[in-house]
Amino acid sequence: MIVAESLGKEFRNKKRGAVRAVDGLCFSCDPGQVYGLLGANGAGKTTALRMLATILAPTSGTARVAGFDIRKQPERARGSLGFLSTATALYGRLTALEMVEYFGSLYGLDAASVRKRTLALFERLQISAFGDRRCEDLSTGMKQRVSIARTLVHDPPVMIFDEPTSGLDVISARTIVEFIRECRKNGKTVVFSTHVMSEAEKLCDRIGIIHNGKLLAEGSLKELRGRYGHDDLEEIFIRVVGG
Amino acid sequence: MNLRNITVVYRKELRDSLRDRRTVVSMIVVPIFLMPVLTIIVGVVSARLIGRAMLETPSVMIIGAENSPQIVAALRDLPDIKIVPAAGDYAQQIVDKKIRAAVELPSDFDAIISRGGTASVRIDMYEGEISSGFGVDKLQKFFRDFRDHTVRERLEARRLPPTLSDPIHVEEKNVAPPEKVSGVVLGGLVPYFVIILSLTGTMYPAMDLTVGEKERGTIETILCSPISRTSLVLGKFLMVLTASLATAALAIASMGLTFAIGSRMVGGMRAVSGMGLEFNVSPRAVFWVFVMIVPLAVLFSAALLAISLFAKSFKEAQSYLSPLTIVVIAPAIVSILPGVELNTGLSFVPILSTSLVSKEIVSGTFHWYYVALIFGSSCVYAAAALWMAVRLFQREDVLFRI
Repeated sequence: MIVAESLGKEFRNKKRGAVRAVDGLCFSCDPGQVYGLLGANGAGKTTALRMLATILAPTSGTARVAGFDIRKQPERARGSLGFLSTATALYGRLTALEMVEYFGSLYGLDAASVRKRTLALFERLQISAFGDRRCEDLSTGMKQRVSIARTLVHDPPVMIFDEPTSGLDVISARTIVEFIRECRKNGKTVVFSTHVMSEAEKLCDRIGIIHNGKLLAEGSLKELRGRYGHDDLEEIFIRVVGG
Repeated sequence: MNLRNITVVYRKELRDSLRDRRTVVSMIVVPIFLMPVLTIIVGVVSARLIGRAMLETPSVMIIGAENSPQIVAALRDLPDIKIVPAAGDYAQQIVDKKIRAAVELPSDFDAIISRGGTASVRIDMYEGEISSGFGVDKLQKFFRDFRDHTVRERLEARRLPPTLSDPIHVEEKNVAPPEKVSGVVLGGLVPYFVIILSLTGTMYPAMDLTVGEKERGTIETILCSPISRTSLVLGKFLMVLTASLATAALAIASMGLTFAIGSRMVGGMRAVSGMGLEFNVSPRAVFWVFVMIVPLAVLFSAALLAISLFAKSFKEAQSYLSPLTIVVIAPAIVSILPGVELNTGLSFVPILSTSLVSKEIVSGTFHWYYVALIFGSSCVYAAAALWMAVRLFQREDVLFRI
């Protein structure tokens, strides 16, 4: 599971001085649940998820990922999660097989286990037909499937998605949405960020609305509808952020 | 730090880089072909120029000597010089390369020689112009022979021995071993090329593995894997170091082969013309030059990795690294300059010290005190650069340029 405890991040900027990108973020997500961080561009979603993935270090608070403290055990925490975003590109000069096996090795799997697991994932994600092609020669949809295989190669209990469908066509986006559903079905803890309301409505068990780095509202879709008197998530979002 | 993960990253980076045409060109193609191609181009062009100049019969003007038909006739009889009619603008004609030289003689040259006097001869030439030089050589030989002949005649007329004018005989003989002779010429050249190439071989991989990852969006992908940043940077560093050392090793091998072939060609030339230079660099010297290059390659790899990581884009990295080439070339050039000798103070100047000690090694001189001092100081600089690169990889503001 994931538990964020007053998670905060402050950047020092020469022009703007101290910028608080994430301010006291608290939430939790249990296994088999999808938690959606909903926010406009620049709200602090990516920074929050990068901290959970231990790519960035928090300046205040902490979080536990699969039981590991992201400050004290960042490598163990990273080893327990799969992170996917549109910014997590593939190595173009490696083949799909080499790419996934490379990450399998970094997650500590031995060569035989990596090969077995990679081939099983390729079968499941229909990558086998182009597994020996270089990533730079693949279509966007194919790349997405290879990225998914990369995040799953070590079978992590926690999955973090940062605007995973941003910039994708309908078919590629649908693959990602189905993949998130499958993760939930398999009992994984899933946190994902989006600014697409329909995605959040379709997928999330709980939603947190983040604005200017602060979590302004949180609850299940039903709870949010009851609290703000609106069925439409977009309307709820606008009311929460005060637009 | 995890040795297994460092190896995993290194193997991936090596495979990835060997599939990149630009890395292969800078790491393999350039060091292999640069030296032979340069040698062939310089050799062919200079051989053609010299050959053409040697085959040419230089046109020479005789200025003066109006009342000296004997010297004029002797000059006209020279088979490899063409005497052209005198003109007032002879100096301009030499500059315009219409004639190669002019001989200025006193009008009563024959009479001065007959009465046992001293005649002044002036040869006008175009200094530095090869054809003019060949013409002057022929004229000087003619007048040298003429002088010797005249001296002999004058001594005979006075019944004096010919040795009177030749009391001492000076002979020059080289006693230095051939590799030391070639070392003086090539000593500065070998490390110069090897140092420059080990830097240029590092440049592209260093950028590709750092700012290249930023541009392609793979930096976030690798940072979300459980590998520690120290292991990641060390894996990348080993790849860049491999590129640097491979470039240096290939450059040394290519230069060795080029010089070996060049030596045979020059040997043949000497047999024909009596000219030439022995190209002789021992395998022991090559080995020690390579050993001295290793800490320098570590320094280049770590420094370039750190600088490239700091950049936001490939373009920005190039603008940082291009001036660095000059920083490296300058001390390498200084080491070639005559009179720059190795001393304890200079042993602490990176690049220059390696270049100077390599120059000594190539010429067969092993100053072990300097070798140890320079190797040690270079290792300290290399370690500092590597430490800086590892530290930079821990900084979020550098990785993401927030």
